[in-house]
Amino acid sequence: MKGVEARAVASIVKFENVGLRYGMGAETLSDISFSLAPGAFYFLTGASGAGKTSLLKLLYLAQRPSRGLIRLFDEDVVTMPRERLPALRRRIGVVFQDFRLVPHLSAFDNVALPLRVAGVDEGEIAERVGEMIAWVGLAGRASARPATLSGGEQQRVAIARAVIGQPEMLVADEPTGNVDPEMATRLLHLFDALNKFGTTVVVATHDMHLVSRVPNASIMRLERGRLDDPTGALRYPPRVPA
Amino acid sequence: MTLPFAFTAADRRLLPEGRAAGPMPWVIAIMVFLTVLAAAAGLALASSARALGDQIAGRVTIQIVEADRVARDQQAEAAARTARALPDVRDVTRVSDAEIAQLLEPWLGPGGLELPAPALVDVDLAVPAALPRLKTAVARVAPSARVDAHAQALAPLRDLVGALRWLAGLLVLLMGVATAACVVLAARAALNTHRETIDVLHLLGATDIQIARLFQRRIALDALFGGGLGFAAGALVLILLAGRIGAVGSELVGSVRLEPAGWLALVAVPMAGALLATAAARLTVERALRRSL
Repeated sequence: MKGVEARAVASIVKFENVGLRYGMGAETLSDISFSLAPGAFYFLTGASGAGKTSLLKLLYLAQRPSRGLIRLFDEDVVTMPRERLPALRRRIGVVFQDFRLVPHLSAFDNVALPLRVAGVDEGEIAERVGEMIAWVGLAGRASARPATLSGGEQQRVAIARAVIGQPEMLVADEPTGNVDPEMATRLLHLFDALNKFGTTVVVATHDMHLVSRVPNASIMRLERGRLDDPTGALRYPPRVPA
Repeated sequence: MTLPFAFTAADRRLLPEGRAAGPMPWVIAIMVFLTVLAAAAGLALASSARALGDQIAGRVTIQIVEADRVARDQQAEAAARTARALPDVRDVTRVSDAEIAQLLEPWLGPGGLELPAPALVDVDLAVPAALPRLKTAVARVAPSARVDAHAQALAPLRDLVGALRWLAGLLVLLMGVATAACVVLAARAALNTHRETIDVLHLLGATDIQIARLFQRRIALDALFGGGLGFAAGALVLILLAGRIGAVGSELVGSVRLEPAGWLALVAVPMAGALLATAAARLTVERALRRSL
């Protein structure tokens, strides 16, 4: 796998006093401030309803905040015109909690989607996607449609799709929720390998056992829409050595 | 701008392709069929109006309504002679008694010329403006003469043909608007059907233009299929109608015909329909996508 050329920015993501409210309801996220260092590994934890998925939506540009400032890859994404968002989205890999596979496409074509969107040559797509599908253990199921795959298989396809483009940042929402412990370990190794090549990884999970498997990961804990950061380490993170 | 057909096989799979399965191609086929008929009517009427105009623009008939046969003949000859001497008169023909008898035979029977039928002189003017001078000159030498310009007599028919031509043009315009409206509805329905896929494509970094092109291509293909079908059906009806018109044997009805340029214009109808549908689809999808993040 090729290395990721992360741009030399002090923080790949910076949130300052970010709040998110859906419609006229109460704030789902309040006063969120943190910085993510390039090439670091983060776990986002918190009880159900704490706001993990909402925070991830802000990270992968599915939502704009109601207030506050968000900088992504050193760009202000709150006021950025929407025409410029696709270029930033291509630098982010996302594993959705509900997988969001395209139902009429095969596993192969689902994994190939980010490459096709980016205009990669079909020959290269065939090679890279073939390798990735085999790596997640679905070589024999490449032509299967999502409806015929088990939950675990669908999740592996979703993960393969998120990492195939070698993103600068990987955002995963409960990525091991539907796979057996052995596959969870393999996937965690994949994330770890990507991280070693420079990808910033943010994994939202309930699974504290999973968190303990990556000793050098930072932990972001959400409680009722607020980030628990008593030492300020998330707001002003130490530099990751090159 | 990239052509709507410049897609790889993989790109084509991004949206499920059910061409000719939905109502869209059939709706377009019906619209194009009706548009071809309306356009053909407009073009044929325009050709007929042109032919009619060319034929009658300078035609004048001088009638000598005189009971006395000798005086009638003398006045007719004098009127013909005077007309020939005038400038801007292209041709003067005295209608013979035999021709008049033949014209009247269906109404008066053989020997109808026992009655005092008027003498007729056909005059072909080079310019319609020469008519007042002709009237004055003829009145001097033939007191019983009545000068009738064909253009005046056929003016109501010419006006009717003109109105029908405009009506045909209006129908073509309305069909175009209705086709565009159908495409807008179909594009909106397709957007709703594929909302999940579109959201995923967006989050993976697809631009509005990339997504719009998928719909544009699909609708362009539907429009070309439907347009081709509608044109073929319309052309068949027109060919059958042309045979019937020819069988009528009337010079006036026979002038309602499509010239080669008219057929070329009709071939452009399905092409224009496909372009209109493609543009409408693209604008609709891009507008809808702009509402999302």
